[in-house]
Amino acid sequence: MKKSLLGKTLAELEVVVKDLGMPAFTAKQIADWLYKKTISSIDDMQNISLQNREKLGEKFVAGFSNHTQVQASVDGTKKYLFAAQIKKFVEAAYIPEKTRATLCVSSQVGCKMGCLFCMTGKQGFQGNLSAGEIVNQILSLPEREKLTNIVYMGMGEPLDNTEEVLKSLEILTAPWGLAMSPRRITVSTIGILPGMTEFLEKSECHLAISLHTPFEEERKKLMPIQNIFPIKDIIENLKKYDWSKQRRVSMEYIMFKGLNDTEKHVRELSRLLSGIKCRLNLIKFHPIPDTPLLGSEPEVMEYFRDALSARGITSTIRRSRGEDIYAACGMLSTKSLTESKEQDF
Amino acid sequence: MIKKIIISNTEIAGSVYVLSFKRDFEFLPGQVIGISNHLQEAPRLYSIASGNTEDVIRILYDIKEGGQLTPWLAKRKANDSIFITNASGNFISEMNEDACWIASGTGIAPFASMFFSGNYNNKLLIHGGKFLESFYFGNEFREKLGKNYVRCCTRETGDGVFEGRLTHYLKEKDDLNPAHKYYLCGSAEMVVETRDILLLKGISFGNIVGEIYF
Repeated sequence: MKKSLLGKTLAELEVVVKDLGMPAFTAKQIADWLYKKTISSIDDMQNISLQNREKLGEKFVAGFSNHTQVQASVDGTKKYLFAAQIKKFVEAAYIPEKTRATLCVSSQVGCKMGCLFCMTGKQGFQGNLSAGEIVNQILSLPEREKLTNIVYMGMGEPLDNTEEVLKSLEILTAPWGLAMSPRRITVSTIGILPGMTEFLEKSECHLAISLHTPFEEERKKLMPIQNIFPIKDIIENLKKYDWSKQRRVSMEYIMFKGLNDTEKHVRELSRLLSGIKCRLNLIKFHPIPDTPLLGSEPEVMEYFRDALSARGITSTIRRSRGEDIYAACGMLSTKSLTESKEQDF
Repeated sequence: MIKKIIISNTEIAGSVYVLSFKRDFEFLPGQVIGISNHLQEAPRLYSIASGNTEDVIRILYDIKEGGQLTPWLAKRKANDSIFITNASGNFISEMNEDACWIASGTGIAPFASMFFSGNYNNKLLIHGGKFLESFYFGNEFREKLGKNYVRCCTRETGDGVFEGRLTHYLKEKDDLNPAHKYYLCGSAEMVVETRDILLLKGISFGNIVGEIYF
């Protein structure tokens, strides 16, 4: 099976051309065709000699693949389905707004993290996406030219697939790649400490943390990862990092009725987040099947936002988008389409 | 990370090993340590499977095909070295509390640590595995837990062994106590599916604690 060129960094392309006995500058040319001109075939790489295109074509394909399905929400959000590996699929959500257009990309097929409130978590885990499969969601998007922001908040835990996610970020931000500003890209994590440390060292993109409650015992019930990487350790590490250079960390907080929306949560959030310059995004809970959780009322969310802001924590209520097509936060899933073996347990 | 000298590394079932090295640090039963083959390599996390007063630390692991660590680890012998991190994590079941421990495969490790630390009163242990040999530490569990040790086997049959997945066992079980705590450890699929069954059976999510290995 031929390998994909899409998803290779410039350094990796340099290895490819060297191995094929091609001039070193060809690597930059290939990157240009892949990431700036987004050609669909190696045959279209017109400034590479026919002989070298044939050599490349013997082992590689360009690697782009179009979406296989699209659903449109009444609010303008679109959910795209992309094939990833054999009989596996991921979703990406395109969210247009007045002044910007965001694409929410997936980094894994399914997810291993098992959060109680997340539809992707109920799917289980079927595999990591390669950098090429991540970047393809962006480059093959029909609205690609309108995109202003990328968020890694789709299916999967990005920092459980750190190597491929970092490669995709390099492709998105490098001058030889898409040359996007890292300040237009946000990677969201549940709080996998080693992956987060590596991400902060090797990338300049923004970071978002799925917080959801400041109390350890409560968080354990919502998010199994709390048993391994407690949120206090995550926050302590974030406090040591220098956030003064336009890089931003934000906290994601899905609001559950009677569970994490009380005055004591305001007080504890204020204590936990003191000393770290961050924004708290309050998110409406989108119920999933069989969930024991309920979403907070809109007026409770507003009260919560105001109470936090009064304590100096910049808080906003994130507008819910794409709920009618299951594209909203925590609703992405390809379980019915993805082939997975029943496991022995 | 700290360098450790391996005392033993034994294959106890197909592609499943128990590695041991000297214990010279404190930990809470249920905690994990990171293991690496090199100081510069990011460690992978494993639950400790031994008691907190034993002289050795035991780690239960299976070989992950194409994995960075376990194929290498399986080839280590006594006196070879590995690197470990401090123990960490919060997957803790209180001594003597009424609890049901549910594990699949090597997800038994944190419960083995609790058990070997003397925490087995008022516990029901349900373990799912493919083969009869998959019930690691089974003799020790059976001796102390008796009927409160349930083995669910998907591919073989055996005396006193439930035939089928542990999720099938739980679906058939109609005496789950909603006041007890439920601790789950295994793959994402196992934890999510088991949690859904427990919720449908009226167990509050507040009484369910999961640990997923990844």
